[in-house]
Amino acid sequence: MSEYAIEASGLRRTYRSRTGWLRPQRREVQAVRGVDLTVGNGELFGLLGPNGAGKTTTIKLLNTLLIPTAGTARICGFDVVGQTREVRRRIGYVFGGDRGLYDRLSARDNLRYFAELYGVPGREQKRRIAELLELVRLTGRENERVESYSRGMRQRLHIARGLLHRPRVLFLDEPSIGVDPVAARELRQTVAELAATGTTVLLTTHYMAEADELCGRIAVIAGGRIQALGTPAELRHHADGRRVLEVEAYGVTDDRLAVIHALPGVREASLEVVGAAQVLAVQSDARVDVQADVLRALDGVRLGRVTARQPTLEDAYVAIVNRVDGRRAAEAVPA
Amino acid sequence: MIAVGALLHAKQLSRSPFEIATALIVPVVQATLAVYLFRAGGEPGRMLEAAVGAGLMGVWSSVLFGSGGAIQNQRWLGTLEMIMLAPRPPALVILPITLATALTGTYAMAATLLWGRLLYGIPLDFADPVAFAVAVPGCVVGLGMFGLLLASTFVLLRNANALTNTLEYPIWLVSGMLVPITVLPGWTGPIAAVLPTTWGARAVREAATGSGAVWPSLGVCLAISIGCLAAGALMMTYVERRARAAATLALA
Repeated sequence: MSEYAIEASGLRRTYRSRTGWLRPQRREVQAVRGVDLTVGNGELFGLLGPNGAGKTTTIKLLNTLLIPTAGTARICGFDVVGQTREVRRRIGYVFGGDRGLYDRLSARDNLRYFAELYGVPGREQKRRIAELLELVRLTGRENERVESYSRGMRQRLHIARGLLHRPRVLFLDEPSIGVDPVAARELRQTVAELAATGTTVLLTTHYMAEADELCGRIAVIAGGRIQALGTPAELRHHADGRRVLEVEAYGVTDDRLAVIHALPGVREASLEVVGAAQVLAVQSDARVDVQADVLRALDGVRLGRVTARQPTLEDAYVAIVNRVDGRRAAEAVPA
Repeated sequence: MIAVGALLHAKQLSRSPFEIATALIVPVVQATLAVYLFRAGGEPGRMLEAAVGAGLMGVWSSVLFGSGGAIQNQRWLGTLEMIMLAPRPPALVILPITLATALTGTYAMAATLLWGRLLYGIPLDFADPVAFAVAVPGCVVGLGMFGLLLASTFVLLRNANALTNTLEYPIWLVSGMLVPITVLPGWTGPIAAVLPTTWGARAVREAATGSGAVWPSLGVCLAISIGCLAAGALMMTYVERRARAAATLALA
């Protein structure tokens, strides 16, 4: 047995597209630009990154759906390009969202079909399907058509489908996207139970709390490269020496955000919409108190609660990602 | 696996409101088209041949749209990636889909004959009912295998439906499903000769009207179809790899 469940070395993927017939225009997008990582057997590993960072492409390179432009990857010691079938026998793939199931069939029919496809022996299928329906808490609803399911139920069915053939490595690509908080908590519980049984899980997510709660190690990917890798505690160090000011506001414009970003001592400033309000998070050097300057810059804007706190994993993540964005912006400026 | 897959795909297909509406309307349209075509041609005695030809058009449409449309549907449903991830030869994964569409196509044949009988009083006096009962499923299975070859192209093309639309009418025309091949330009002959649809249509027509020996035609249809199955299986393996390189398994 290989020491690692997942190994990737110098993994790259470029998408090429062509538009127009008479004067065709070719376009190249480098989605993954050299990813190196190893995931141990039984590890729950998180891949965190903003939209377009290369998370899904990385997963698809590892699970054989895409062929790398360069580099190599092995799953349980098998090469993803040359030993595709061996890899596929050992992996499960679950992605978030509404798609990926036969809506007009029942959950049981969906599982039965995929059990056949994934080579679950006929005499085992009935028992395995019942076990999985129980695991994802769909027992009693298995004969209803999938089109009548809520998003959370579909997502749980996705997980059951991904586990039919007892994969050693499970790829979860943003499984909690669009799922309500209660369903998301149930999902996290299911994933944690899986990892406890020895299944290696590679999870991609936008949600920091999810990664923090579940993952032993996390890689932050941005711009197609791994920017930071470590345990959640290690990643938090990326925000060491900083403090965070959070301001609830209504009507902060991009111009004002830019002004705040340029204030002395400010390292990061980000704006998130939460319901009707905006939450402005300003990271600054720990020894500089920027509160007065920030409030001055927000003069005229209706404000709510103002709090100062220690940085979290999310702040560390923002710091890492913004550093990449800043570097790319600097590279884009002509000399 | 092939049987369970074909059955469940047929179940999924037959529950689509669009498919149901199409299955109800298209056979009436095709039966009407065939009847008026033959009446206008001053050959009212060949009504059964017309109805059988129209039924075959339905089977072909189902296989063609089934192969192309089903692959595209799998893409829209997000299931194409999931089924291609199965540790099986790609041809084995796709064959149940094309067989399911051929199965639903059998209904088109039955419905066209029934509507022909009910609306236009076409007598269902088959020259050799046993041969007809064998030739139709034989032709359907043959076309299902041909569908695999078509499907391999559709896996690669993201806009597969554009291709299906352009293939529907030329193939049934060249195959002589409705209009005899003899009235078509000479250059269509070699094309017709290598299409399993031509031989399948001929076998079914011969069984219905007694115009010739059914078994040789059916044999040629199945032989060409098995060739298509083998070519489709090889193509599918190649195309699956190409699709992974070109990233065309998903919609985006």
